[in-house]
Amino acid sequence: MSKIHPISYLILFLILFFITTNLNASNEQRMLMLASPCAGCHGPDGISPGSIPSLSGKEPKYISMLMKAYKSDKQKASVMNRIAKGYTDEEIELISQAFKK
Amino acid sequence: MNTVNRREFLRYLSAASALGALSYPLSALSKNTQANVVIVGGGFGGATCAKYLHKYNPNINVTLIEQNTKFVTCPFSNTVIAGINKLDYITQKYTQLNNKNSINVVHDRVTAVDTNSKLITTKSGKKLSYDRLVVSPGIDFVWDSIAGYDESLVTKMPHAWKAGKQTQLLRDQLVAMKNGGTVIIAPPGNPFRCPPGPYERASLIAEYLTKHKPKSKILILDAKDKFSKQPLFQNAWDELYPDMIEWTPGSQGGKVINVNAKKMTVTTEDDTYNGDVINLIPAQKAGNIAHVAGLVNDKGWCPVNQKTFASEKQKNVYVIGDACIAGKMPKSGYAANSQGKVCAMQIIADLDGRKPFEPSWINTCYSLVAKDYAISVAMVYRYSDKGIIGVKGAGGVSTVEADIKLRQLEAKYTTGWYHSITSDIFS
Repeated sequence: MSKIHPISYLILFLILFFITTNLNASNEQRMLMLASPCAGCHGPDGISPGSIPSLSGKEPKYISMLMKAYKSDKQKASVMNRIAKGYTDEEIELISQAFKK
Repeated sequence: MNTVNRREFLRYLSAASALGALSYPLSALSKNTQANVVIVGGGFGGATCAKYLHKYNPNINVTLIEQNTKFVTCPFSNTVIAGINKLDYITQKYTQLNNKNSINVVHDRVTAVDTNSKLITTKSGKKLSYDRLVVSPGIDFVWDSIAGYDESLVTKMPHAWKAGKQTQLLRDQLVAMKNGGTVIIAPPGNPFRCPPGPYERASLIAEYLTKHKPKSKILILDAKDKFSKQPLFQNAWDELYPDMIEWTPGSQGGKVINVNAKKMTVTTEDDTYNGDVINLIPAQKAGNIAHVAGLVNDKGWCPVNQKTFASEKQKNVYVIGDACIAGKMPKSGYAANSQGKVCAMQIIADLDGRKPFEPSWINTCYSLVAKDYAISVAMVYRYSDKGIIGVKGAGGVSTVEADIKLRQLEAKYTTGWYHSITSDIFS
């Protein structure tokens, strides 16, 4: 059973195309939703004009590593330990993508 | 007949995935549906919502109606009262929202809302039609909540709970007060704007008095039996301002029921107190336009769908910020800012004919107990069948037994927060 009618491939191709598109769109949307309130302290688009560290341009790996360390209290901060505990590890990965240039 | 083997099939699969991945930025959040959205009220909620609506869907024609040409923020107004900053420091402008963010800022006052024909009328006679309306009016006062008190007494006994002239007036009264005077602060019952605000105010006034008028006293006559960050505030008062601040809870005769402006006295269920400066903070309700537009419940606040902020009273209208009932979220500037973004996304989803997005919010409130000493409360919020709730295990207040370095760091971040959030909203 290694031969299949070509039209099936076209249909499969389209189905996969839409699933991937929508998954990515929904992850992009979730990233914006989860990360947008960060600006309240870290500034618009993570660019802080004052004493709170900027997130803009920081490596996603670095942000997620820190967030997870705050979440588990391995690293002590002021409010970030309390805030990081509000997110799953998967959400932290999404948030960490929001500030790359 | 054309057929494809397994290897080619796999190649198709990866091509489909790659194409899908490449195409997502076009449709991530918005289908860029064209619409008119009018926002009433340019504070932390309304101005944020205006900016983010345009940011996420540039095809929305955003009009922000705000009666004042400048916005004096309630956050940090206690630093003005204590003489740390001047009023200029907490005064924000709308020019960048107008010029840089393509928002049509109209300085006018909304006098009527017709939700059937989706039309609003302003004081200057303008008529504006909308597809969606956002109402973010903040608070107004329940003037008759205390006997002997009304709006005409705000110059004698300032509330300073809307920042601006009232803030400066309270500052001037403190400066004019004699050493050895009594300052009375009378906070209202819940719910009210900025739950830790009265106690931050007492703290910063105490810092000023300790330096300049050390024989003076501060009496907090409270309608409530407990307050936000209470152990942290009270520990700090003992440490920094011993014997200066006296807090009387409602159940022990703290609730003010009567005032006499001529004699400068306030009366609780137990006693009558003389004040040289009296900061009476009246009970509150949603801002006036929310009442005019028929958006309030019998308690004077606006019930909304807590996932989207769509009004439960009127169609195509959203209410955000202090005026709305937002589950477990406090009435704070940060909460309004976070709600403004969520509301913008939900309006975009609604206009695109999509289901509401799964929302997520943050609130962080710093309170200065002294210029270089601050405490905080924070929480991450999600939507549940009980409305907006805090995430279990997350959030909370600063540790009670922390060393001075943490308090100093939080004081540094308090100022950092102010710069970040005002830049997020107004730049």
